[in-house]
Amino acid sequence: MHNLAFDVSHLLAGGLVLVSFMMLYQDRLYALLNVFALHAVLLSLSVGWQAYIQDAPHLYVTALIALIFKALIIPIVLHRMIVRLGIHREIETTAGIGPIMLVGIGLVGLSMAVMLRVTADANLIAREDLAFALSVLLLGLLIMVTRRNAVGQVVGFMSLENGLVLAATGAKGMPLVVEISVAFSVLIAFIVIGIFLFRIRERFDSVDVQALDRFRGDRR
Amino acid sequence: MSGYLNGVTLVLVSPALAAALLAILPNYRLSARLNILASLLTLLAAFSLLAGRGPASPYALVDDLNIVFIVLSTVVGFTTSVFSASYIGHELETGRLTPINLRFYHAMYQVMMFGMNLALIANNIGLMWVAIELATLATVVMVGVYRTHEALEAAWKYFILASVGIAFALFGTILVYMAAQPMLGEGLQSMTWTVLIAHVSTFDPALLNVAFVFLFLGYGTKVGLAPLHAWLPDAHAEGPTPISAVLSGLLLNVALYAILRFKMLMTLNPAAIAPGPLMVTVGLISVIFAAFMLYRRRDIKRLFAYSSIEHMGIIVFAFGMGGPLANFAGLLQMTMHSLTKSAIFFTVGHIAQVKGTQKISDIRGLTESHPILGWGLVLGVIAIAGMPPLGIFMSEFLIVSSTFAREPLLAIALVFGLLIAFGALMLRLQGIVFGEATGSTAPSQASYLPIFAHLALVLAAGIYLPPMLVTWFQHVAQMLG
Repeated sequence: MHNLAFDVSHLLAGGLVLVSFMMLYQDRLYALLNVFALHAVLLSLSVGWQAYIQDAPHLYVTALIALIFKALIIPIVLHRMIVRLGIHREIETTAGIGPIMLVGIGLVGLSMAVMLRVTADANLIAREDLAFALSVLLLGLLIMVTRRNAVGQVVGFMSLENGLVLAATGAKGMPLVVEISVAFSVLIAFIVIGIFLFRIRERFDSVDVQALDRFRGDRR
Repeated sequence: MSGYLNGVTLVLVSPALAAALLAILPNYRLSARLNILASLLTLLAAFSLLAGRGPASPYALVDDLNIVFIVLSTVVGFTTSVFSASYIGHELETGRLTPINLRFYHAMYQVMMFGMNLALIANNIGLMWVAIELATLATVVMVGVYRTHEALEAAWKYFILASVGIAFALFGTILVYMAAQPMLGEGLQSMTWTVLIAHVSTFDPALLNVAFVFLFLGYGTKVGLAPLHAWLPDAHAEGPTPISAVLSGLLLNVALYAILRFKMLMTLNPAAIAPGPLMVTVGLISVIFAAFMLYRRRDIKRLFAYSSIEHMGIIVFAFGMGGPLANFAGLLQMTMHSLTKSAIFFTVGHIAQVKGTQKISDIRGLTESHPILGWGLVLGVIAIAGMPPLGIFMSEFLIVSSTFAREPLLAIALVFGLLIAFGALMLRLQGIVFGEATGSTAPSQASYLPIFAHLALVLAAGIYLPPMLVTWFQHVAQMLG
């Protein structure tokens, strides 16, 4: 039983890192959203598995939120937004795919090296989960950095939050307060971003963040 | 102790209720008054905490450390609401804000106050994180309220950087729980501050080290420390000025408070790395970087935003040095900076309104055209630059002299930064307040009371600190270790 529990959670968390990598090289918004939905489905499976092996029924709620909210509602809404704004063209990434992937590999190596070393005493599942969670978090950051497009940045941010949820559920018995709050923060964050996207559209006829650059700072 | 219960709940309930009420009230004049009233009630509730506070519950805690922050926040929150009432009247006239924007603005103001008070009172590190996130989101929305190009960019930048910071902070929080869980077991007690601090010496130091790095990076972004400060000048310059005042005066302090709490955890675990050197380094970088950046500012609100980065650097430096004297000076510096900087932003807000611009080159001869505002600004800048006999001089003097005794080289670097910043501020101040008056000379309908109340407090603190306050701060300084 112990082995199965470990293997499955390892598989799911590792899958999450893999899907993060897939998001790194998507250069179309639709594809990016689809991969993000897959990311959220994997997260929900992983959280559900943790709920089962930890015998913590409240985690099923978190899994359900991830499934319904992140894997269904958000991709659909963003999809519609993209259609309405007419921006389904290619995403401009700031660097080539090759270097980005290499940096991504470096980040995963870094998080493994750091987390596995410092959590030597913790239980095995939590250890692996935490290392994978940090990888997902850093890859999310990399996705945000390499996108010029606001929608791309938002998706990167949400994948980063997925890493946090993975870490929170991996930490055994962490109080419910935090899980709900993570879900809530995503909700709020999304609303805020939604408003912003709407407003950016209103003002610039583009959600390309590069269009904002000329208004920067003191160059008036 | 019912007094304790009332105080703690009132500090939270009055902004929460007011936020709900302000969201539905259509009349902006009434809203502005209600905003003031709610802030006053919160302030009174905070004062009642001084009298009696009682034992800590799993969710709420009032001790000597956070009560300093709570009282300071509610005081500045109240005076800012008074300033805001006179500020927004003008914004409505010029059409920069509509009544609907204002309804939203007032509700968000109280949501932010609620978030900050909750963050300060929380006895649970998870709850504290949620509260800081709430306060951040409320300010993000308010920064973007003008809906100009610049405001949108500032809000977007603020939102993205603050979110990443806050994500790191949550990861750090989870790691602290992981470190506590083997010793304290699963559940709420492993995230409760008072339990953590009692048992921290038994936690795994390696996990705590990594946790602190994440927490420092995360909350440090919100404090506006140097490599992570990019959101701060934009958010200050493009939002409504009352928000600049509370950002500098309060929100930075709340994030700093979170760092201080975790620093206390770290110092009590003998095997964990000492957080001091990290804080000293980042603080010093912030001071020197911001001091040089001050010279190149052309926007008056941006100028004072960089000055906030400089001062947060000084404060983090002081707390990083540690020891009773440096901690005492850090606390004093923080209090004085909050009061002075918000007074400066009140003045700058009115100046920008009467002159119709934030460009430093377009504002000249203020002491001629608007003597009260002009001299108010002179006084504020003299205070913030650290001239005697005002409060900031005293705290900076304490920081520098206590550092000289221990690490002379660091002290020299700090003094260098302070002098550079002093020069920049004086240079800009001269241009703004003296010389031939330009622009509009129409009288300002400013409310001078909040400005001069703050400055009077700063002056009073520079001349005479009540012994009660001194013993209290000394006690807190010892707590901080």
